[in-house]
Amino acid sequence: MKKIEAVIKPFRLDEVKDALNRLGVSGMTISEVKGFGRQRGHKEVYRGTEYQVDFVPKVKIEIVVATEMVDKVVATIAENANTQKVGDGKIFVLPLEQAVRIRTGESGKDAI
Amino acid sequence: MKSMRIIGLGLVFLLGGLAAAWADEPTPMSNKEAIDLVQTHANYMWTLVAACLVFFMQAGFAMVETGFTRAKNAINIMMKNLMDFSMGSIAFWAVGFGLMFGATKTGWFGTSGFFFSDFSPDGDPWVLAFWMFQVVFAATAATIVSGAMAERTKFVGYLVYSVIVSAVIYPIFGSWAWGGLFNGGGWLEGLGFIDFAGSTVVHSVGGWAALAGAIVLGPRMGKYGKDGSIKPIMGHSMTLAALGVFILWLGWFGFNPGSTTTADKSIAMIFVNTNLAAAAGCIMAMFTSWIKFGKPEVGMSLNGALAGLVGITAGCANVSPGSSIIIGAIAGVLVVLSVVFFDRIRVDDPVGAVSVHGVCGAWGTLAAGLFNMGGTSMAIIGVQLLGMAACFVWTFTLAFTMFKLIDKIVGLRVSPEEELEGLDLTEHGGVAYPDFGVASTHGGIAPLAGGSMTPGAVRVGIPVNQE
Repeated sequence: MKKIEAVIKPFRLDEVKDALNRLGVSGMTISEVKGFGRQRGHKEVYRGTEYQVDFVPKVKIEIVVATEMVDKVVATIAENANTQKVGDGKIFVLPLEQAVRIRTGESGKDAI
Repeated sequence: MKSMRIIGLGLVFLLGGLAAAWADEPTPMSNKEAIDLVQTHANYMWTLVAACLVFFMQAGFAMVETGFTRAKNAINIMMKNLMDFSMGSIAFWAVGFGLMFGATKTGWFGTSGFFFSDFSPDGDPWVLAFWMFQVVFAATAATIVSGAMAERTKFVGYLVYSVIVSAVIYPIFGSWAWGGLFNGGGWLEGLGFIDFAGSTVVHSVGGWAALAGAIVLGPRMGKYGKDGSIKPIMGHSMTLAALGVFILWLGWFGFNPGSTTTADKSIAMIFVNTNLAAAAGCIMAMFTSWIKFGKPEVGMSLNGALAGLVGITAGCANVSPGSSIIIGAIAGVLVVLSVVFFDRIRVDDPVGAVSVHGVCGAWGTLAAGLFNMGGTSMAIIGVQLLGMAACFVWTFTLAFTMFKLIDKIVGLRVSPEEELEGLDLTEHGGVAYPDFGVASTHGGIAPLAGGSMTPGAVRVGIPVNQE
């Protein structure tokens, strides 16, 4: 099992989610985050004062998949989150120690 | 025999009818009384309906203030607005009304009418209607200060202020300009001072008291950097702020035309002047912010509408509609420049109250003299300037002294920890938006750390909390 974390632009979430569902990915967790990479922020104005905003709203998707599926999942996310513009985001693949389904107590592959 | 009966009956009816007609015939005297009474009733109706509109401005102020400040202080803003009206009402009933409109020997303050002594159950109820109209004006002046002192004022200190401003500071100056509207007579109005609905009496009094409060308090933490930079502290709801401005705009249709306290045709021009000035102020503030900062900015545009309204308040009955546009337009430019100016001299005014009400109130008073339809003159302008200066001297020195005293006795500013945590929790033990934000250990009850975030952490912007 591996854990995949993807930080993407918020408005690409639905496409990514639908594509992952078609792939057979059975669950995911998302959170609303802020961040920046090479896409630095921009200037805003509030009541006459200019200020620099560095952090940009993003969505982070976390999913746990069987190791065999990792490449396909990463490719699917990348394809559907891509807008060809700076700030599209990043995908990280992490090793995973254990997964447990709370209701049944199943663990390992049976839990995902 | 039968015909005699018929004739007899007919005569009875005829005579009866004639008698009835003679008894009800209206005379010229009773006609006039009846007409006057209808006019009097109309005056009551209009004055009290206008009082309702001005009362509703309290909601407008509350929404503007909370929209321009952070969510962690929203309850505190609501409490301050609730209380400056409620305590102000009682203070004005007890002391303020008498000082402002009571009989006076000196022309400097009234000495009768305290605790509603002018009222008796079988007396003229006009004192009730007039008081009702005047108390909402006093409350308007009082609540202006709440915005400039937002997010760092001790609630107790604010309560004390509310009583003093409604009982002493506002009414005494008011007596100089408006005492003659009831039992009094002020030295300023005796000189011909023009301030029909209160650019100076209400708005400058509020504005200069707000300035005093903001200075004594000092700026919010994190607002001004040691290197001279100005860090914006974003309000949590531009929608509430806009709602507030629309409510104020509506309420001003009671504020200005209602000041006739008479239901007659003159209110029409006052309505039109009020609206044109607001519109012009809004437009010019928007353009000014567009040119200066690159984008038409909502906060400035909202302030611009209010600036126009404040600016026309003095002259709404004696300037032309065309002049109203000019007056409002200039106010719209002035308010933007003023907001930037006060930030530059490090007077922190979260909602722009000093700029909207103090500065534009002064401009409106001057404009009432400059654009007077009957013609202007150095004498007229001189009296206007005198009134503006008298207001500043009286209000600022009294308010400054009062705030310093409050600070010494009960403390005016909250501690840095309280300010960071948010006044809702520390002063009132509550959270304005318990369901918003990330779930915490209290199950969503505690506000987000930092507290300057709007729901869902989607708001772009850095919460500025540390110096």
